[in-house]
Amino acid sequence: MSGFTAFALRRAVSAVLTLLALSVIIYVVFYATPGNVAQITCGPRCSPEQVHQVAQQLRLDDPLYLRYWHFLQGIVAGHDYSTGTSVEHCPAPCLGLSYQSDQQVTRIILNKLPVSLSLVVGAMVLWLLLGVGTGVLSAWRRGRFTERALTGITLAGVATPVFVIGLVLMIVVCGQLELLPFPEYVSFSDDPEQWMWGLLLPWVTLALGEAAYFARLTRASMLETLAEDHIRTFRAYGVGERSIVGRHALRGALAPIIALNANDFGSAMGGAVLVESLFGLPGIGQELVHAVTVVDLPVVVGMVLVIGFFVVLANAVADVLYAVADRRVVLA
Amino acid sequence: MSLVHVTDLTVEFGDLRAVDGLSFRLEEGAALALVGESGSGKSTVASALLGLHRGTGARVGGSVEVAGVDVPRASDDELRRLRGAKAAMVFQDPLSSLDPYYAIGDQIAEVYRVHTRASRRTARARAVEVLDRVGIPDAVRRSRSRPHEFSGGMRQRALIAMALACEPRLLIADEPTTALDVTVQAQILDLLHTLRAETGMGLLLVTHDVGVAAGSVDDVLVMRHGRAVEQGPVAAVLGAPGEAYTRELLAAVPRVDAPRAPSGPAGEVVLEARGLRREFGRGRKAFAAVDDVSLTVRRGETLGVVGESGSGKTTLGRMLVGLLEPTAGEVRHDGHARVGVNPAVQMVFQDPVSSLNPRRNVGESIADPIRARGERDEQRIRGRVKELLERVGLEGARYDRYPHEFSGGQRQRVGIARALAADPRVIVCDEPVSALDVTTQAQVVALLGELQRELGLALVFVAHDLAVVRQVSDRVAVMRRGRIVEQGPADEVYDSPRDPYTRQLLAAVPALDPRIAARRRAERGEVAVT
Repeated sequence: MSGFTAFALRRAVSAVLTLLALSVIIYVVFYATPGNVAQITCGPRCSPEQVHQVAQQLRLDDPLYLRYWHFLQGIVAGHDYSTGTSVEHCPAPCLGLSYQSDQQVTRIILNKLPVSLSLVVGAMVLWLLLGVGTGVLSAWRRGRFTERALTGITLAGVATPVFVIGLVLMIVVCGQLELLPFPEYVSFSDDPEQWMWGLLLPWVTLALGEAAYFARLTRASMLETLAEDHIRTFRAYGVGERSIVGRHALRGALAPIIALNANDFGSAMGGAVLVESLFGLPGIGQELVHAVTVVDLPVVVGMVLVIGFFVVLANAVADVLYAVADRRVVLA
Repeated sequence: MSLVHVTDLTVEFGDLRAVDGLSFRLEEGAALALVGESGSGKSTVASALLGLHRGTGARVGGSVEVAGVDVPRASDDELRRLRGAKAAMVFQDPLSSLDPYYAIGDQIAEVYRVHTRASRRTARARAVEVLDRVGIPDAVRRSRSRPHEFSGGMRQRALIAMALACEPRLLIADEPTTALDVTVQAQILDLLHTLRAETGMGLLLVTHDVGVAAGSVDDVLVMRHGRAVEQGPVAAVLGAPGEAYTRELLAAVPRVDAPRAPSGPAGEVVLEARGLRREFGRGRKAFAAVDDVSLTVRRGETLGVVGESGSGKTTLGRMLVGLLEPTAGEVRHDGHARVGVNPAVQMVFQDPVSSLNPRRNVGESIADPIRARGERDEQRIRGRVKELLERVGLEGARYDRYPHEFSGGQRQRVGIARALAADPRVIVCDEPVSALDVTTQAQVVALLGELQRELGLALVFVAHDLAVVRQVSDRVAVMRRGRIVEQGPADEVYDSPRDPYTRQLLAAVPALDPRIAARRRAERGEVAVT
């Protein structure tokens, strides 16, 4: 198993390097732009004194690489910001200060993170169950009515925009049938039950569209596996169709499912804006859109880094899972 | 009642009749070989015995009875109880025939449990038992390995172990040794032989290799175009064939013990390798695929390079034509050190399917080397390509045809024409006939000989098949683990081999005469080199 540990370690190191590269690019793109960075960062209503103070805190007199190094230090070790009269401590991981909202970026993100995580993790469980289940069923019932019906439904799922699904669900379930109150976000620590009821519709909305992709992918890659020689072996040995589909074909089809799931989990963390807005969830996606609109640079940089972190993390986990599913990966 | 009783079997895929009115019997404990070239329908018969065509759209007619089960009319459940329990099948490619995701012991245990309702633990113990039985060393530990951790020969042993798990009355082996090296092939055939003697199970061996059949079965059935050409006891059919096709087939089989018709005198040295070495990988993982190889090739002669898979023969061939840079040593053409690729040294590849671009017509593929030399006159290019096509025995008018419109042998002719287009002095052939049927093989080998005599070509013939190499070579180099272990005139190397490895290789070659095959089997017990 030492080969496997070494593989996992190598993968972790490369994940960290990817993140570092990402941080360099983001920092340069946003902070090496032409124009008065201090003015942009501080916002349009800042006085010249405030702009001057921001310029000092951002160390705009230093060369770019020193400023980046300083930024990196903040993430690892935290920072103290002098505001002239007092000193504000920003603990690690410190992503800087938002001058427009007068808050630490880390704190803003930490406020939004539980919402986004609740939404995406819940939806992910749902889309995996629904999508992979449908895909397995289509592959098993290939060539029959069930498969054709499921293929039609998933195609419709892929084609329907997420806000249409969400709106229709909300109007029917909450408006006409009155099965649920209109969703409202309650944090898990406050009331787990309300948390679940409030997130049910957002989960379903986000998961339905995603599940369609997973169903199609699962079906296709299972059919591919079912055509392979080793499936023929088990047929020739009298192994039943259920075991062939559920055990051998599904195992062979897992790799692309893991890969797609990593990507979709990562991108949903920052990209589920439509679902967040639709159901009034104060998540990362909404906050990012807001920060971009008002050009709150430190928040944008911090958010992009955090989203990047999740994408890289999800992919690293996927690669390790990949290796667990198929040991030959470790050798390559 | 016979173990297998097939009467008037037909199998049709759409318009294609793969098996056409075939009848045969196999008694309990007996062994029958279905021998034929590709497309003869022999594998289709093997699948039909287990009813594997059910649900695929193939139409099966006639009657098939296996171990008392009426296969075409049996229910799905009856069929499942037949498969693996009463009749088990071993497939050609042992890597793709096992599930890459599960441990080998678990796969065998799964099959055992399907038929016996045994507990997991009992099934696992049975898996270890049969793995041990087929000669997997340290079976308890190795039963936890996945297929990619096994060598080719061990994988085939594992598949045979799976077949043995439920003690079937019939073993169907579909080209069980085609993907294996000759020494491993001999081991697997010996294993099948011993198992048959011990368990008393019947064997149906499907093979394209008459030599493999000769040493392993009692009766043989020669197939062509889905029909039986000839059938009877193996010694009678192979010793005194009654049908013209059987005679043709036997005549085409290259003999390892028949010396080659002497070729013309060899001329000056045209290609020379000095101390060639090629490493792959870096650091601790580095290994030398070719290590300190020196050889010369003269005008008008053929140097055969023979070795098993992984011996470095393909790497050597690629270095000789300049497709691969040596790590150390040098290749000399006409006495000068080679710089870059030299059009005077060309290559013919193993797989004529993948070495031709399927989206371009063959004329364009052959014209590539001519264009590469700077010829721009379309008329002249076309004329030259047509000339080349005719030279290799194809119609010049087929310039505009695409590779899929040619048969395997014809595609290899196209490959040879492409090599000739550059007016080479040396052609390196890397396994040029190993993907072809024996009759086609013989034709391509004859063509190469003709071209050599006419054009004074020097040939380097790289192959794993010792008999083919003897048939074409003036001199032979035997490779093992990147080194040449023995090199000399072909007759000397084959008739009085000095190196123990060469002796081991020669002892492993299947013989066409069943008595010689039996003697070789006995000898193999004595010669053993690791």
